[in-house]
Amino acid sequence: MKKVFTRPQVLKDMPFHYCPGCTHGVAHRLIAEVIEELDIRDTAIGIAPVGCSVFAMDYFEIDMFQAAHGRAPAVATGIKRVLPDRVVFTYQGDGDLAAIGTGEFVHAATRGEHVTVIFINNAIYGMTGGQMAPTTLMGQITKTTPFGRDRDVHGFPIRVCEMLAPLEGAAYLARVAVHTPKSIIQAKKFIKKAFEVQLKGLGFSLVEVLSTCPTNWGLSPLEAVKWLEDQMVPYYPLGEYKSPEGVF
Amino acid sequence: MKGNEAIGEGAVRAGCRYFFGYPITPQSELTHYLARRLPEVGGLYLQAESEVASINMVYGAAGAGARVMTSSSGPGISLMQEGLSVIAGAELPCVIVNMMRGGPGLGNIAPSQADYFQATKGGGHGDYHLIVLAPNSVQEIFDMTGKAFDLADCYRNPVMVMADGIMAQMMEPVELKDEDRFEIPPRPWAASGMLDHPGKNLINSCYVVPEEMEEVNIKLKEKYTKIIREEQECEGYLLEDAEIVLVAFGTASRICRAVVEKARLLGIPAGLIRPITLWPFPADFVAGNTGNAKCFLTVEMNMGQMVEDVKLAVNGKAPVFHYGRMGGMVPVAKDILQEVQKLYNGGVVK
Repeated sequence: MKKVFTRPQVLKDMPFHYCPGCTHGVAHRLIAEVIEELDIRDTAIGIAPVGCSVFAMDYFEIDMFQAAHGRAPAVATGIKRVLPDRVVFTYQGDGDLAAIGTGEFVHAATRGEHVTVIFINNAIYGMTGGQMAPTTLMGQITKTTPFGRDRDVHGFPIRVCEMLAPLEGAAYLARVAVHTPKSIIQAKKFIKKAFEVQLKGLGFSLVEVLSTCPTNWGLSPLEAVKWLEDQMVPYYPLGEYKSPEGVF
Repeated sequence: MKGNEAIGEGAVRAGCRYFFGYPITPQSELTHYLARRLPEVGGLYLQAESEVASINMVYGAAGAGARVMTSSSGPGISLMQEGLSVIAGAELPCVIVNMMRGGPGLGNIAPSQADYFQATKGGGHGDYHLIVLAPNSVQEIFDMTGKAFDLADCYRNPVMVMADGIMAQMMEPVELKDEDRFEIPPRPWAASGMLDHPGKNLINSCYVVPEEMEEVNIKLKEKYTKIIREEQECEGYLLEDAEIVLVAFGTASRICRAVVEKARLLGIPAGLIRPITLWPFPADFVAGNTGNAKCFLTVEMNMGQMVEDVKLAVNGKAPVFHYGRMGGMVPVAKDILQEVQKLYNGGVVK
C-alpha cells in the first residue's frame, strides 16, 4: 500500500508531553514539515526556550540549543553571526518572548538578524501553572489575575507583530493560528515564507502563532478552540503584517 | 600598549574572531580596539543591547564552535551571571574579561578587587566554577588572554581574566610572542548543523530528571577536581625565610612586592605569595609555605575576600590577617608596610 502521510523525519518518534488539546504539537509539526520541504535539515539550528516548549530541544531531530528564559534571539544572533549559511530559528512562548525576553527579540529584529522567530501566543504561562502573560486578554482570569486582567493593575496585552512592524530590520511579520484546518494550512504557508526570507538573506522574520492552552484556560480542547477564535483572534488579528515587496 | 589593548591583541592572536559586548568603563579601550582589529582578520565585533544579551550571544557563538569572548566590569558582569551559569552547565568554552571597579551597586569606575567572591565562588546560580586568572602586568595580560582561550577549550569551561582599572589603563611594553601559536582543537560537540557531524548535537543545561542532573553535576565535579589538581598557578617572592607572608593578586601584588623589599631593608623577613589563578586557588602553594611563616597578611582592594581562601589553605597553622582599601581606593606601600611592622613588632611574629 502506498504511504501518503507520515511523521516528518525532523520530528523524533516519541510521544509529545503536551496536554490534550494543546497546539504546540501542531506548531512543531508545521516547522518540521517546512524544514523538510525546504531541504534544510542539515543546516537548520533551532533554539528551545524556557516554558512548556523547552522540550522542543528533544523533539526536533536537528542541531538544537536550549536557551535561558527569553534569551533565544541573542543566542540565535551568536550562532548566525558565526555560521551565516545556517538556518537559525527560535521557538518561544509569550512569557519567554514578550515579557522577560523583550529586549532580545526587539533588538534582534532591529538589527535585522537573519534569523526566524516562531512565537507561540497562548495568552498565559503554561509550564509554571497558568499565570498572567503579557498577552493575557483584558478580563481574562488566570492564577495571578483571579479577578480578571484589569487595565489599572496589569496594563494591556501586547501585540508583538504590530509593535515590530515599524522596525526597518524586521523583514517578515505574520500572525497565524492553529485551531482549524484552514488556519493550519495558512500557518504553514507563512512559516515557510518566514524561513524563505531568512534563506534569501532579507532580514529578521517572525511568525506569531495563536495557540491553545486548555489546561490553564480551564477549558476542554473543543472549548479552547472556540475561545481562541472568539476571544483571541479579534484582539490579535491574523494575517501578514510585513512582507518584503516583490519577493513572494 | 595599554592593558585593555593587550587583551584585545592577545585574543586576536589566540584565534578569537568574535566579540559580543556592551559599553562600560573601565574596559572601553578593549572594545574600541577589537571593533577595529577583528574586521581586519575576518572577525566580528558586535555591540549588544545589554550584557544579558552579549553573554547569550557568546553562548550561541561558542555552541556553534567559535572562539569567542566578551568583557565588562562589575555591574555588567552581574548581569551576565545567568548566562555564565548556562555556559558552565552546557560546558562551552569562552573567555570573559572583568575589569573590576568599586562597588557595591553602581559604585564607581575606580580600581577595585571587590568581585573576588563573585568570580571564584560561582557567581550565578547552581553548582559551578569559572577558571579565574589574575594578571599583574600588561605582558601577563597579553600572555594570559591566549592561555585563557586554551584553558577554556581544554576543559570546555568559561574562563575569566580578572583585573582592574589600573591594569586596564596601564601602559607597559609588551612582547607579542608567537603569532598564531594556538591550535584550536576540533569541536565535534558543536551544534553547527547536522552537515558537520553524524546525528544531532544538543547544547543544553536543562535536565528535568534529578538523576540525570546529578550525573551532570558529578561529571562537572570531576572536571573541577582535575582543574584544582592541575591548574593552580602562583608566584612566590622571597619566601624561603619569610616569617611574614603577604598574599596579594593583581594590582595589590605589585604594591606588595615593593613592600616586601622595603620590609627586608628594615630587617623584617617578609615574603610574597601572588596567586595567578584565583580559581583554582593555589592552596597547595600557600599550604607549602606555612613552615617558617609566623603569620600571613592578605592585601586586597576589598573588605576581605581572598583572605577566606588563604585561611582555608593555611588551615590554622598560622594566624591570617587582612589589610584592604575599598571603594576604588588603592592601598599605598607606606600603609601596608606600617601594617607589616605592626604585626612584626606587635608580638605576632616572635
